[in-house]
Amino acid sequence: MTPVVLATDALLWLLVAAVVVYALYCRRRPHLAAPWKRVFQSKAALVSAVVLGCYLVIGLADSLHYRSAGSVEVQSLLDRMLSVLRQKGEKTYSAPLGTRLYAKEQIETPDGKHVRDYPRLRHGGTHLEDERQRATDILVRGAAGLAAAAVLWALLYFASRSLARRYPYVPWRAAWMTAAVILALAGPIASLAPHYHVLGTNQVGQDVLYLALKSIRTSLAIGTLTTLVLLPLGIALGVMAGYFKGWIDDAIQYLYTTLNSIPGVLLIAAAVLMMQVVIDRHPEWFPTAAQRADFRLLVLCAILGLTSWTGLARLLRGETLKLSQLEYIQAAHAFGVSDARVLGRHILPNVAHIVIIAMVMDFSGLVLAEAVLSYVGVGVDPATTSFGTMINSARLEMGREPIVWWSLAAAFAFMFVLVLAANLLADAVRDGFDPRVSVGGALAV
Amino acid sequence: MSLVVQNLRTLLNTTAGAVRAVDGIDFELRKGECFALVGESGSGKSMTALSLMRLLPEAGRIASGRVALDGIDLLALPEAAMRAVRGRRVAMVFQEPSTALNPVLTVGRQIVEVIERHTKTSKSPAREKAIELLRAVGIQDAERRFEEYPFQLSGGLKQRAMIAAALAVDPEVLIADEPTTALDVTIQAQILELLARLQAERGMALLLITHDLGIVAKMAHRIAVMYAGEIVELAERDAFLRAPQHPYSQKLFAALPTPQRRARELAVIRGQVPALTKKFDYCRFADRCDYVFDRCRVEAPRLLEPAPGHFARCHLRERGVAPPRSATGGAGEGAVRQEGSAGVVLEAKNLKVHFPIRKGIFRRTVGYVRAVDGVSLELREGRTLALVGESGSGKTTAGKAILQLIPPTEGSVRFQSEELTRLSRRELRPRRGAMQIVFQDPYASLNPRLRVAEILLEGMRSLGVGASDAERTERLRQLLAEVGLPADSLERYPHEFSGGQRQRIAIARALAVNPKLIVCDEPTSALDVSVQAQILNLLRALQERLGIAYLFITHNIAVVDYLAHEVAVMYQGKIVERGKVDEVLRHPQHPYTKQLLAAVPTID
Amino acid sequence: MLAYVVRRVLYAIPILVGVNLITFALFFVVNTPDDMARMHLGAKRVTPEAIEKWKQERGYEKPLVYNAIEPGVRKFTETIFFEKSLKLFAFDFGRAEDQRDIAHEIRTRMGPSLALAIPVFLVGLAVNITFALLMAFFRATYLDFWGVVLCVAMMSISTLFYIIGGQYLASKILHLVPISGYAGGVDAAKFVILPVLIGVVSGIGSGSRWYRTIFLEEMGRDYVRTARAKGLAESVVLFRHVLKNAMIPILTGSVVVIPLLFMGSLLAESFFGIPGLGSYTIDAIQAQDFAVVRSMVFVGSVLYIVGLLLTDLSYTLVDPRIRLE
Repeated sequence: MTPVVLATDALLWLLVAAVVVYALYCRRRPHLAAPWKRVFQSKAALVSAVVLGCYLVIGLADSLHYRSAGSVEVQSLLDRMLSVLRQKGEKTYSAPLGTRLYAKEQIETPDGKHVRDYPRLRHGGTHLEDERQRATDILVRGAAGLAAAAVLWALLYFASRSLARRYPYVPWRAAWMTAAVILALAGPIASLAPHYHVLGTNQVGQDVLYLALKSIRTSLAIGTLTTLVLLPLGIALGVMAGYFKGWIDDAIQYLYTTLNSIPGVLLIAAAVLMMQVVIDRHPEWFPTAAQRADFRLLVLCAILGLTSWTGLARLLRGETLKLSQLEYIQAAHAFGVSDARVLGRHILPNVAHIVIIAMVMDFSGLVLAEAVLSYVGVGVDPATTSFGTMINSARLEMGREPIVWWSLAAAFAFMFVLVLAANLLADAVRDGFDPRVSVGGALAV
Repeated sequence: MSLVVQNLRTLLNTTAGAVRAVDGIDFELRKGECFALVGESGSGKSMTALSLMRLLPEAGRIASGRVALDGIDLLALPEAAMRAVRGRRVAMVFQEPSTALNPVLTVGRQIVEVIERHTKTSKSPAREKAIELLRAVGIQDAERRFEEYPFQLSGGLKQRAMIAAALAVDPEVLIADEPTTALDVTIQAQILELLARLQAERGMALLLITHDLGIVAKMAHRIAVMYAGEIVELAERDAFLRAPQHPYSQKLFAALPTPQRRARELAVIRGQVPALTKKFDYCRFADRCDYVFDRCRVEAPRLLEPAPGHFARCHLRERGVAPPRSATGGAGEGAVRQEGSAGVVLEAKNLKVHFPIRKGIFRRTVGYVRAVDGVSLELREGRTLALVGESGSGKTTAGKAILQLIPPTEGSVRFQSEELTRLSRRELRPRRGAMQIVFQDPYASLNPRLRVAEILLEGMRSLGVGASDAERTERLRQLLAEVGLPADSLERYPHEFSGGQRQRIAIARALAVNPKLIVCDEPTSALDVSVQAQILNLLRALQERLGIAYLFITHNIAVVDYLAHEVAVMYQGKIVERGKVDEVLRHPQHPYTKQLLAAVPTID
Repeated sequence: MLAYVVRRVLYAIPILVGVNLITFALFFVVNTPDDMARMHLGAKRVTPEAIEKWKQERGYEKPLVYNAIEPGVRKFTETIFFEKSLKLFAFDFGRAEDQRDIAHEIRTRMGPSLALAIPVFLVGLAVNITFALLMAFFRATYLDFWGVVLCVAMMSISTLFYIIGGQYLASKILHLVPISGYAGGVDAAKFVILPVLIGVVSGIGSGSRWYRTIFLEEMGRDYVRTARAKGLAESVVLFRHVLKNAMIPILTGSVVVIPLLFMGSLLAESFFGIPGLGSYTIDAIQAQDFAVVRSMVFVGSVLYIVGLLLTDLSYTLVDPRIRLE
């Protein structure tokens, strides 16, 4: 077994490391920790954080890749954990928790006759002697899963009690409730998944639950890696335009007005199409299909970043213009402090809250954008599992008789929960970081 | 008509808990009188006004009390009935005329809507009435102004329009919340005169909220002094001005800078206003009072009446009336200022700063805003030159141009016999230590993300003061002691300090690089009187000890009279009069100087 | 005022030049016409002759920016840059892969796009402002709280879900309207009503939440307190004072998208089979028809710049501070 580090893996883990370093840095600085403290006093923020945490764990487990000895196929830790789902493909559609295929086939009955009927699945519910036991079996297994979840929850509760005593201002009840809900869903699913397709299978017989879980990493990558391109551009250009003014400001404004004037989807589409040509022209760059798909994901992030830094830059330009009129900046000039130091010590730390708010707010938009772009055909590589590709390949299923709803439902539901949690967290972060909220109303005597 | 306020309590929800912004106040407002509510920031005077109108911000609520207008309790009225009172019987004028008027409605519309709301006047008579009102508040060309938008009016005219709207349906009570604080002193005089005239003509009651004892002396019939949510003194004007009875009121008078106190320390009030989140069962001024004794710390004083009609909330007044205040009263005696001639440290000649006005398709420069238009001045070592002027006179721009923070368009600035205007940024750098600046706003002048130590070290590092950080840190401790801040301040952040303390940090930051000249840009105008006194004392002491020259930019004549040696009066970018303080302030020659001095409200 | 407008129009020129250069770089420099030919032809049919033929058919055989073999001015006009990029300024878009004239296609497809986009824009604006006003009027009550929660939830739903779900609900279960297709004239209403409804609903979340923020910000201003001090009823304060001020950012923020309505909606048009510019664009992207994509990029940019101009003009109309300066 040899570890394989895909480019996006490396960057994702780098981001995680950066966040950890930032958190440690904040801990010792009360003025940096204070807004986060305000954020996590909000119940909505805590609930969202717990939900996002679960997504993150899944996404990160899917970002540790390796290649088994003697195999060309690159797998992730998550694939390994879900191998029971991954390897149990059916022929085509099957309904959630079903035992039979969606399409009729010629099957041979035990007595040698040929009838046209819905065949039993190859894997889903095969342990049942009699299909009439299915409901009982699901109930029993579900209850067992629930019981295991309850035990797990109790362990979690007692383990986190000491934390709760240390941070009494955090509404822990909300966190425990969220954990309870998540476990109550995950427990039964985990106990049923080895024996059934909990969310059914898609057209080519893949387990929908597995696809949905695999999509998480793609969403997280798009939502976070894009900021790696977006932030440096947005911060550098925005702050420079606001601070140096004059022709630098004119040039940067011209640049972002020009970029802005090209309709976003079209610019992204054009860039992606062109990158696709480049990728096709250089097959030698990518020894494996996984690496090619990964490169395309990375390129998509870069393109999204290149086309969406303008909003942040404009915000920061305005804020920097305001800041550079402030008296402490002028005091620094009166000391002959160099521009680089003024930018680094006085401007950047005082626009950091805007950057954080923008980063969190952008996340949900990017996740939604991925789905649309992949639907249009300029998103991730068709071989990459994502909510967009799931929806794209299932878009005609609503028209079938009987209706095949599970693929779409699963993709939308997983995406909705992720985006909703991100939006709620973004709201709380904005409230916690925006100084207007903490100043407004307080002591306007 | 009478407006009786009884036991009014108003709470404000903040992150620190419920603040008792108004904590049980009683007073009565009588027909035809001007009643002044005086206090420093945070005393609860504005909250009182908003409570009477029931217009508190969303975080605020009235906890208890009674506000009886001719016997009807306004606090018990349903909201709809209260709306019929607002504007009709009780009207209000706010502090900031530029934001208090709706920017997208014409001035006339904003007056007419009051008439329409409260009377059954049809459109064209309402218009006539509004134009008449505009004339009554002294706006010329009222028909044209009626159609104009607020941004087309100057600050003074806007405040007049606000007053016209407030008086549109002849209210019985007018509440004016710091109506002139945002205005220049000459405009302030006109507005105050207007308010006094209208009040006398219409026989309304005027509740005037202010922090300025000069305005009180000019306008009020009766006065209530508020401190920490309470009324601590209530009296007729003359009695109050002659002999304030509460130690706090006495201190307010003693902290005022006056020419008689020149070269002496001003009285200061030590400590800070206590947090109003707790309940007080002792005197809330006890910690800051010079006369404090044991009883003050265990028993809250009642409102006593040491002289008929003169009330004070102080245990001391059981022993009788306090003596009249003295005009010179100050804490210590200082050395008489030497008038000997010292070397010239700064000389500006014909300094001009012009900002281009660009217009047209290609943004060609079609003219210039002559912010500073030929300023010449001279400042000697260890002396203070006050640059006095109203807003827009160009005094701040002049100060920054002298320090080369704004490039001058023309003219020369010689500092320590060296021409600055020709130097590049790099060449200026080693000379920056000798010339420093202290700003007006103590909140905007310190970077909130840096510790005090980092703020103070920045200039020293940049200018190479001190050989090592250890040496510099040693110097920092010395500096803190010099400006009167506790030694543990270094590791703290600016938000942990009060406005006055922040201004001390800003002064320490300037001192850290051993300047010979400090440009003080309105360093006390954002501060309360008692805090202003502390900063003025500090600046004076530093000058005596270190021989620093100050270019003191201000609009406050009293501060000039107290602190400066020489004064230059600026008007529309030019210096119209220049000379020794006594000469210029006692015997002004230029008509503008005369007008400016006449407009300053004084106590005595 | 006139000088201001002229100045804004002139400023549009360098921006369009910039857009032109960006598209040129993207379409012809990142990949050469040869690369595109190889991709279009597919691996099996790539021969030098086929590539040359492919290029010739599309006019890609010329040099990029400088034609050394031609005389005089033709050194510059007989180039891809002149033929394919500069001619865009004259709205000469050339032909699509299917040999149809792109300019003609754009003209005929504008109608259906507008038939969908204009109602979505107008109805959406009205609905969002109404909801936002309601939430602002009942601010700090449960109605406001749950309104915001609903908005956030609606914002978190993918547009694709609105379209797929709406289409299923309305046409499959309720059998109300045709599931897709289009007809000109009055008949268009029948086909357009469902996508309009979906378009409006999918925009409610972010739209009304944003407007609510604007309203609340205005309601915190000093002039609102003044208006209340005059004894005005809360509804008068809201409609006469707050709405008038809040409309400045709302209107000017909306004006910028008006010209872009011509571009149509990518998703709705392709799902509902409306033959507008949105579905044209999507088809071109999926068929990798670079000529069409390039033309749409340019048209979109022109429309956006027109939108910016209209925004500046609308400021001067609704804000007296700018109108009378």
